[in-house]
Amino acid sequence: MAENHPVGFQWVMEAKRRGAKVLHVDPRFTRTSAVSDVHVPIRAGSDIAFLGGLINHVLTNGLDFREYVLAYTNASAIVREEFRDTEDLGGLFSGFDRETATYSHDSWKYEGADPGSDHYTDQQSDQETDQDAATSRAEAAGSGGPRVHSKPHRDETLQHPRCVYQVLKRHFARYTPEMVQEVCGVSPDQLQEVADTLVANSGRERTTALVYAVGWTHHSTGVQIIRAGAILQLLLGNIGRPGGGILAARGHASIQGSTDIPTLYNILPGYLPMPHASQHQSLDEWVRTDEGAAGFWGNIRDYAVSLLTAWWGDAATADNDFCFDYLPKLTGDHGSYRTVLDQVEGKVAGYFLVGENPAVGSSNGRLQRFGLANLDWLVVRDLQLIESATFWKNGPEIETGELKTEEIGTEVFFMPAATHVEKKGTFTNTQRLLQWRHQAVEPPQDCRSDLWFYHELGKRMRARLAGSEDPRDRPLLDLTWDYPEEGAHGDPDAEVVLREINGTGPDGSALSSYTQLTSDGSTRCGCWIYCGVYADETNQAARRKPGQEQDWVALEWGWAWPANRRHLYNRASADPDGKPWSERKAYVWWDDEQQRWTGHDVPDFIADRHPHHEPPEGASGPDAIGGSDPFIMMTDGKAWLYAPAGVTDGPMPTHYEPPESPVSNPLHPHQQHNPARRAYPHELNARNPDLAEAFPYVFTTYRLTEHHTAGAMSRTLPYLSELQPEFFCEVSPALAAERGLEHLGWATITSARTAIEARVLVTERMRPLRAGGQVVHQVGLPYHWGPNGHSTGDAANDLVNVTVDPNVHIQDKVGTCDIRPGRRPRGEALRSHVADHRLRAGMATEEQAWARHREQQAEQSGEDEVAESEAEDPHDDEQGSNQ
Amino acid sequence: MSNRLSGPLHDVSGEAGYDGHPERVGFFTDTSVCIGCKACEVACKEWNFVPEDGLLLTGMSYDNTQQLDANSWRHVAFIEQAAPVRTTALGMPTVGPPDGSAVTLPPAVGDGDVPADLGTGPQTGDEGDRGVRWLMSSDVCKHCTHAACLDVCPTGALFRTEFGTVVVQEDICNGCGYCVPACPYGVIDQRKEDGRAFKCTMCYDRLGAGQQPACAKACPTESIQFGPLDELRERAHQRVERLHEQGIDEARLYGEDPDDGVGGDGAFFLLLDDPEVYGLPPDPVVTTRDLPSMWRHVGAAAMTLAGGALLSFVGRRR
Repeated sequence: MAENHPVGFQWVMEAKRRGAKVLHVDPRFTRTSAVSDVHVPIRAGSDIAFLGGLINHVLTNGLDFREYVLAYTNASAIVREEFRDTEDLGGLFSGFDRETATYSHDSWKYEGADPGSDHYTDQQSDQETDQDAATSRAEAAGSGGPRVHSKPHRDETLQHPRCVYQVLKRHFARYTPEMVQEVCGVSPDQLQEVADTLVANSGRERTTALVYAVGWTHHSTGVQIIRAGAILQLLLGNIGRPGGGILAARGHASIQGSTDIPTLYNILPGYLPMPHASQHQSLDEWVRTDEGAAGFWGNIRDYAVSLLTAWWGDAATADNDFCFDYLPKLTGDHGSYRTVLDQVEGKVAGYFLVGENPAVGSSNGRLQRFGLANLDWLVVRDLQLIESATFWKNGPEIETGELKTEEIGTEVFFMPAATHVEKKGTFTNTQRLLQWRHQAVEPPQDCRSDLWFYHELGKRMRARLAGSEDPRDRPLLDLTWDYPEEGAHGDPDAEVVLREINGTGPDGSALSSYTQLTSDGSTRCGCWIYCGVYADETNQAARRKPGQEQDWVALEWGWAWPANRRHLYNRASADPDGKPWSERKAYVWWDDEQQRWTGHDVPDFIADRHPHHEPPEGASGPDAIGGSDPFIMMTDGKAWLYAPAGVTDGPMPTHYEPPESPVSNPLHPHQQHNPARRAYPHELNARNPDLAEAFPYVFTTYRLTEHHTAGAMSRTLPYLSELQPEFFCEVSPALAAERGLEHLGWATITSARTAIEARVLVTERMRPLRAGGQVVHQVGLPYHWGPNGHSTGDAANDLVNVTVDPNVHIQDKVGTCDIRPGRRPRGEALRSHVADHRLRAGMATEEQAWARHREQQAEQSGEDEVAESEAEDPHDDEQGSNQ
Repeated sequence: MSNRLSGPLHDVSGEAGYDGHPERVGFFTDTSVCIGCKACEVACKEWNFVPEDGLLLTGMSYDNTQQLDANSWRHVAFIEQAAPVRTTALGMPTVGPPDGSAVTLPPAVGDGDVPADLGTGPQTGDEGDRGVRWLMSSDVCKHCTHAACLDVCPTGALFRTEFGTVVVQEDICNGCGYCVPACPYGVIDQRKEDGRAFKCTMCYDRLGAGQQPACAKACPTESIQFGPLDELRERAHQRVERLHEQGIDEARLYGEDPDDGVGGDGAFFLLLDDPEVYGLPPDPVVTTRDLPSMWRHVGAAAMTLAGGALLSFVGRRR
């Protein structure tokens, strides 16, 4: 966190000054470790085993915060008899379909969820045979819970063998200190120290926070790692309470905002699931899964209709399903990596890259560049002329001769973008806090804001289509696209856009809460969770009342969704009777006199719902929330220790090895990898075989304080370049000795994708770990460099294989490699070098694999080759491994 | 009149001729909370238009700045040390007020100084491996009470400001370079292109506008603290006391003592190891400290010489 979020880390240092203990778990000893109380080195990609060890410690010794767990989690819910655990099935949960590598969730559900009377459940299980619809639901769980029957059978004594508590306890029973040591390379003493600290720091009087960044998310088991963190925090009573929680330190500014108002293909603003072409033919079908469920997610129709009316205004009426047909629909995986493979296959004509540099920043940069080179046109909007806009003249494949400038047909349009000081708008931080920023200067020359660009693009496209009678043009022509313009360049007024996002009522005035939204077409709202950011016709995000002029929760700084609540699910900060768990941790509580919830924060609960309220039978939506159901977005009001639905790769986290690993899975010897992971088998994306001697070391990619992501904003600046002027790799003295690497010398690092070169830093901050019965060496690779800019170097991500988490399509950043002293071969020799390694690992060379690929294509002309090969074995990602 | 070339000096600006001047200000750099982000280096260069200093991967941990020089007025040192792996239980957490007693050890620091003989094995992947400690510290011009650079400057380019700081005026400096060997810390340096001397101004322009220096403003963890020197000294003593209470016996102040060889620094530090470890001189002495005695010796020698000459004339008369 100190490395990548130094400004946010000031609060960790402040907490430390006030007596907090700071524990740091990381493969490397970083700037964070330097100021932490404890640093626990861990093998990259083994986080679930480590967290599982902590969970096991809590469960085995009965150290959970029992009152909290019983009242606020699903610990007492009974799971169906059909459910089988990974412990029973050698690493698989029940419901796995080997052909599609997906799970059916039917057997994971609660007992008492009667399928006969609950058509939602049926509908959902049908859907979830389609992984894409399922992942769309999984993303939607970012704001609302997946649908389950709200009243499962329960055993409040937690003794029933199929109650969640017991299921969980059995699931994690083998995550012993010895197993953790075997998997993670963490000693039992270190695990004990962390466990004792967390337990001692949790309960009525104290809380613990977990903070993570891409060290948790960038794995093919990323969602399950965070689930493991959530389970631990729930057992310890650290969710919904001040000082608790699981805090995601995001990759860069407003990543949260780009999920709320998504840049993702499978969700719409406010986490509404993107409709699916075959499953959602009408508005009714689209909202049916969630409509009427307990909790605020049950009002999905209000949010959906208000979104449609915000976009299509008067054209959206009850008679035309509020223009539901205008929405684009899913037909499969349209994720970034699938799209890149489609580019390579020649299925994609044009591509927009906006503030993204996949030639450096995405996994398998080589694959990315082959895709970019196979387009008709490419629009790049960035602050600098990035590698993704110049791959056609100076990419590594030009040097090797695999791509020739004169043969690349992609027409590149580079559109210089305005920086954050040259435009106005909001950033949404990880706390869901929207903060308005003002424009300081006009953007120079041709630089323009994104708002200007899209507004202008829309205007020009609409002008082209003016007068068209073609129904396919209606979605564009009917759009509300009448933003007032201002400034030297005619920027749309960003505050007007924010007001549109906030939403307006029947009289056209700004709404103040999403509870005002209706499904009759009279309200408009661009993102229901942002409703209230423009309450009282005021830009609430622009509030800047200094901290010393308000209390510590600082409700008058910016605006947080939903409803300016700073801490989600804060009803859990009070006990079931509505009293604070302790005076020290008082946050939100029930005021008996006023008959209302009150406290330091905006209560994340129905303001006048008595703590002892029991919802009437048959109630739906918010009416179905009981007085002690703090998790109001979950359909049963409880936090889930066990996820009966909504997570595509299992109801509980299980340790699997990363897609490439030098050790075999000590926990499940017969299930090496996440069975539901999504692999992208392709010649350009070959995977290093498990335990391959040709690739004996683990690499992990990361960032440095001095540079920013793919480098466009830092490698181009002298003041930042001079602080970290060259691409380097970090290795331990032991690995340096083993391979003959010299400090400040060169090293060539090779995977089945390519080889790159880096200067060597030998440091004891990197350390070998003993795991899986052997010493595991890890190579550290900061990934900021590429051929453009002031400071240049090879791109670490060129080494990375693309295998993604099945829930959110995020790639794994860990893989295996070889490392040798000296500079990498140039030109064609580079490919021969990689081919040598592949042959030694028992793989086909890329040439051989391509030849086979072409043969196959000729054989099945007209058929989708990738779909075919997936039908054989969805994870057969070692193309031609048995040549 | 007391000696103005060394020793404690209560009113450094007054001595320089300012009447009714503001309080003397300075930096207290608490290296125990430095996270090595280098924001101070960048903020300094941005504000003061200090040019890039070259792209050189030094291999000195994450320190590619190397030293203070004409084009680097802040320098963050990174020191990697072998240290025993600490696996002692943390014990029960403490609950304390914000000013409370609960400041804790950096990792891998045992009680007392880090022993020279670590007594632990090399990194083998086994238990008992030795761990590491990573010290970070942002160095800067010390703005000495007795600033030799200023004393030796023949043009008056270097001067004492009303804030008690030492500033070089780039439009007056003639590039003679006398100041460079005079500095006991090796801070001030000449630019290769034209020979003029440059160093930290403590953002004299910002101070004049009631602002704090750019580096202190940018520091996210309050490792660099700016303020009236007397206040900073008091705060620093409290911080050291607190660290000592926490068992970090090696915490010590550097450059804070008015009785030291430069009369105390306007920019002083809290260190977690000996100054030499950070590349700082252990006992800096203002190079002009010995001027009075030098002059006395010169005087005596001159007197002797003159006396001898006189005697010889006297003798000749005879």
